[in-house]
Amino acid sequence: MSTNKIHKKVPDFRLSPTVDKVGVEERVARFQTRSIKNESKMQGLKMVLNMIDLTTLEGKDTPGKVRQLCYKAQHLHDVQPDLPTVAAICVYPSMVAEAKKALGNSGIKVASVSTAFPSGQAPHEIKIMDTRFAVENGADEIDMVISRGKFLAGEYNFVFDEIAAIKEACGSARLKVILETGELASLDQVRRASDIAMYAGADFIKTSTGKIQPAATMQVTYTMLCAIKDFYLKTGVKVGMKPAGGISNSKLALHNLVMVKETLGAGWLNNEWFRFGASSLANDVLMQIMKQTTGHYQSADYFSID
Amino acid sequence: MERLEILKTYKIFIGGQFPRTESGRYYSPMNKKGEALANMCLSSKKDHRNAVVAARKAFGSWSERTAFNRGQILYRIAEMLEGRKSQFVEELVKQGATAPKATAEVDLAIDRCVYYAGWCDKYQQVFSSVNPVASSHFNFSALEPMGVVGIIAPQTNSLIGLVSTILPVIAGGNSCVVLAAEQLPLCAITFAEVLATSDLPGGVVNILTGSEKELIDAFHAHMDINAVLYAGENDEHARKLEEGADCNVKRIIRYVGGLTKTTDESPYYINDFQEVKTTWHPIEHVGGATSSY
Repeated sequence: MSTNKIHKKVPDFRLSPTVDKVGVEERVARFQTRSIKNESKMQGLKMVLNMIDLTTLEGKDTPGKVRQLCYKAQHLHDVQPDLPTVAAICVYPSMVAEAKKALGNSGIKVASVSTAFPSGQAPHEIKIMDTRFAVENGADEIDMVISRGKFLAGEYNFVFDEIAAIKEACGSARLKVILETGELASLDQVRRASDIAMYAGADFIKTSTGKIQPAATMQVTYTMLCAIKDFYLKTGVKVGMKPAGGISNSKLALHNLVMVKETLGAGWLNNEWFRFGASSLANDVLMQIMKQTTGHYQSADYFSID
Repeated sequence: MERLEILKTYKIFIGGQFPRTESGRYYSPMNKKGEALANMCLSSKKDHRNAVVAARKAFGSWSERTAFNRGQILYRIAEMLEGRKSQFVEELVKQGATAPKATAEVDLAIDRCVYYAGWCDKYQQVFSSVNPVASSHFNFSALEPMGVVGIIAPQTNSLIGLVSTILPVIAGGNSCVVLAAEQLPLCAITFAEVLATSDLPGGVVNILTGSEKELIDAFHAHMDINAVLYAGENDEHARKLEEGADCNVKRIIRYVGGLTKTTDESPYYINDFQEVKTTWHPIEHVGGATSSY
């Protein structure tokens, strides 16, 4: 269910706080030095699994591929009991119906990218139709992209209005707003885009499409987490965070969890408020869980292909 | 004023890079007079794990190279070894060999590289076969590399055993993680420098120094190692490998005697780390004169 709304009273986005880049880098480096003991590690790994939006966003996606992914979402590694499922499957709008059918009543959500993902370079009506189509096909969550060109040209009102229009088209579906931070050039801009998205009604803010490098660096994610914190303190509304792209191993994922815990607190440490957008992360986490369980380092030969 | 000699720091070789051990631990092998030879990395299980990851990453493209190209690269190793002959002789003497013996060992190592370079594009013809079958099929068997091979080099010599175990394994398209002789490790890391400068893609050979006793379990317990070559002398360790290999049914091969003799080279050493794949290809006729293949 949608948890944020379009805010009537908004600040002047030109005056969004600036970000101390060196300070962010040093703070982020600290998160990577935390020692995680075995028991917490196991719990952390299972939490990571449960936060993954298992993703396939390729031109060559077929219904078969999507069905396979949905099966994987429900049966991550059947030889190991007590594993959680992933949080959601993330697909293109044309695959939503197929995914919905394949997931049935498993409780796993279907997220659909939208608004002419990944470039967002399409007319307004088409973006609205794109979103409605996904929602009508049963998408529980919509991952929209912002118009980076307009944003960089300084047309913040355009970007705000566009996000708000998509928010309306979403109905009760939760809206994730992709900032595509790899194209925003500086952390100041990331902060500003985060503010715009949250005031325009984003239920989640998300770093990247996964099509552009760099994607979800810890610096960018940290900047966005700080924006979420400030927004929460000001409005009392919780907004979720989804780093996506480039998080392909367990260690990095655990570092992200440490960062969330120490920035926003334990209230954000569940899949309602934090997600990983990833395709290959799940297998690495599974291999780590098996390593913790058996004591042996694992081989990709014994895990499903993704 | 007398010049202060710069002593070399020996590091380990993983993925084409020369990192220090992540554990920060070192040990000093001694010569016969009880003098420390150098500070060597005492590799940990994590270093071993990193090496396996590097080897797995390198395996795909190395195994897909043409056999001829692998031969060229192995020949290049021989060339580079020849160019640094005096350094190897010096190290062998430091570790207790006489000068003539050391020279003979280096010469043999170079010749062995050339020997296996030559076999790269020939062992397949020798070991593969067309098999007679009782149906209309063209049935043939060919060799494929096993994958990542763990190698525990002979503990009784520094260079020749290392070369004699690594070369046949990579000639056959495998990648490997090698544990050098614990007390005679100098040549192993210098050999790694040869490999790093001879067109061999990073990660095909990874060389660790350290304790066999500490790392033996890592070799048999790692699910991503497909075979282990044990050339050490410790029967207890050999037995441990055999017992522990059940986790992914890896192949364990043992060589004894240090592989120091001129006759310790053969294409069968390549064959030891190959899988046989047999294909049944339907054809119209089986007989020679009318067959359709």
